[in-house]
Amino acid sequence: MSIQPVEGNWIRAPKGGERVWLGLALTWCLVLTIMMPYWHMRGKQNSTGEAYKVEPMAFLERANRFTESHKVGEEAGIPIVEPDPGGDAYLVARMWSFSPILKLKKDQTYRLHLSSMDLQHGFALLPLNMNFQILPGWDHVLTITPTQSGEFSIICNEFCGIGHHLMTGRIVVVD
Amino acid sequence: MPELASAQALPAQGNHVVGKVRACDTTGLPVCLDAQLFVKLHAVVAVVFLLVGAVAAVLLALTRWPAVHLLPADWFYRILTVHGLSMLVFWILNLEIAILYFCGTVLLNSRLFDKGLAWAGFGLMLGGSLLVQWAIWVGKADVLMTSYVPLQAHPLFYLGLILFAVGALLGVVNYFGCLYISKRDKTYRGSVPLVVFGATAAAIIAVFAILHGAAALIPTLLWSMGLIDSPDTAWYRLLWWGFGHTSQQINVCAMVAVWYLLATLTTGARPLNQTVCRVAFVLYILFINLASAHHLLVDPGVGPGWKIWNTSYAMYLAVLASLIHGFTVPASIEHALRKKGLTRGLFGWLFGAPWKNPAFSAMFMSLVIFGFIGGITGVTLGTQQINIIAHNTLRIPGHFHATVVGGTTLAFMGLTYYVVPLIFQKEFYARGLVRLQPYLFAGGVVLLSLSMSFAGSYGVPRRHWDIDFTGAALSAGFDPGAMMWLGLVGVGGVLAFLGLLTFILLVVAAVFFGRSNAGKPMEAW
Repeated sequence: MSIQPVEGNWIRAPKGGERVWLGLALTWCLVLTIMMPYWHMRGKQNSTGEAYKVEPMAFLERANRFTESHKVGEEAGIPIVEPDPGGDAYLVARMWSFSPILKLKKDQTYRLHLSSMDLQHGFALLPLNMNFQILPGWDHVLTITPTQSGEFSIICNEFCGIGHHLMTGRIVVVD
Repeated sequence: MPELASAQALPAQGNHVVGKVRACDTTGLPVCLDAQLFVKLHAVVAVVFLLVGAVAAVLLALTRWPAVHLLPADWFYRILTVHGLSMLVFWILNLEIAILYFCGTVLLNSRLFDKGLAWAGFGLMLGGSLLVQWAIWVGKADVLMTSYVPLQAHPLFYLGLILFAVGALLGVVNYFGCLYISKRDKTYRGSVPLVVFGATAAAIIAVFAILHGAAALIPTLLWSMGLIDSPDTAWYRLLWWGFGHTSQQINVCAMVAVWYLLATLTTGARPLNQTVCRVAFVLYILFINLASAHHLLVDPGVGPGWKIWNTSYAMYLAVLASLIHGFTVPASIEHALRKKGLTRGLFGWLFGAPWKNPAFSAMFMSLVIFGFIGGITGVTLGTQQINIIAHNTLRIPGHFHATVVGGTTLAFMGLTYYVVPLIFQKEFYARGLVRLQPYLFAGGVVLLSLSMSFAGSYGVPRRHWDIDFTGAALSAGFDPGAMMWLGLVGVGGVLAFLGLLTFILLVVAAVFFGRSNAGKPMEAW
């Protein structure tokens, strides 16, 4: 009975079907455990969590310098910026916008810096569906290589107040 | 009700005070009347918050259903805050404290350790939860359950949570007190029952959870009062999830203990191997806390080594524990039913199981939903690469509605179908409806949970009022397939709500207006 005290020595090895199941379950858990580091090496998409502490105003200054020197256009009042292939790109999240619009080249690698000026935000890239956390006070660096061209939306997926559902951005990838 | 073989291992008197104990008319177990009072108080408060959370739930489901889109944006987030805290904290922890009072006294033939302490714990929990509810409803805490800094709520919101946690901690201390005095007074022989062992694992995990909660929320309270600078956002997330995820493991442990309890009450099942079951509970204590790390898999501030380490080795040892319980509970039921003559074929015992007993059906469906939907989604989401496509999408609530609602809440509903006749000593009305209730609720939750998961796989975010993006500077949108799944989120939510409302009405009718069964055994389900 599960609800009665157990008298005597109740320590005994499992047997029969229970023993078989335990073996299978343990084996499966070990496989999963090995897969985690293995796929980190083997898989092509990982969140490495590369990040640096940064004052929001210092990050904004760097992002503004980047935007001014690489600006190629404007849409809906938001600058369109084309970073150097292999170089740094900055994306500033704040209530309730992402700025600038990034114009990237396919198959080129960029270091994308994400940070917030106010609350926590989320970086959700659609329709690819890739999601990363953006924190104020942290410069979150994603090393990215776009492998398909087209227009991609960014939406915020961390609650950031009443305008949360209007917070959007864009990445354009050209051949 | 199967033979419970009158508590042989319990010496008759225990350590009870004369006049403060009654023998259960059904099971013969000794019920400490002080503990019974607090089981009742916490259970009643739990069900009140369940109702609050349920009304919030249906409003949310009707808002995320694109064709209905009921609430305005500000009330959507306010009600979401109400829903999360009422369900995950106030309903579930109140019921778990009730379970601890039951396990620490009735199953150990012990008196309650300290009645004053129990009053203090109850008062703090109730007072704290009222403060939190006040802060949310007046619009001073639109911060959602996680209250991620630097989102800021009124100081009384954080104070309420801290008082509630201290109250819960007093309940846990009272439980440890019961363990101590029952051992000291030799009220039972041998080792504690398996259900008590599981409840103890839950209580130990609760201590961890509450300490993490204090580490996250006390600095946040001071910051909200203007006394210190804002806590670091990354640190807050680490500490908060040390509380937020760990407290879900209290639910897992308590739920598994309830599975064992209900398996015994409904079919007379006994564990095949006590060692295996108990080791599995120890695995939860040792390893499941680290599963909190998978909330930070796409965060800045923690590196790849930290992420791999904390989500692989230890998480899978906790998964192993669930795989063990998922085998041992049904195996013990099969064993018991085969002994009763249900020996036809491989699954004759399953078809012949007491499916009309609402406690059995709730327990068994809880096991299946938790294991097959909650467990599998949980392990998947905790993978580094998959987390990139799942973080903060509806796949996350799709997962935890299968674990906490389809799993824990459904199991606790099953438990209630024995708590009311045995502790409140009242019989249910509309017993046909009672038998149907677990199926209705489980069906709604499964539809809700799967639809959330499928909508989330399109990238649809959780905690998001409107995914239309009308009025946004730059347009965005989703595949129409996602809209269909969001519609089904609404349908599943309404069905689950109806199942839950039925539960509450049946329980209220029984507790306040039901026929008393004092002096005779409860009517068999």
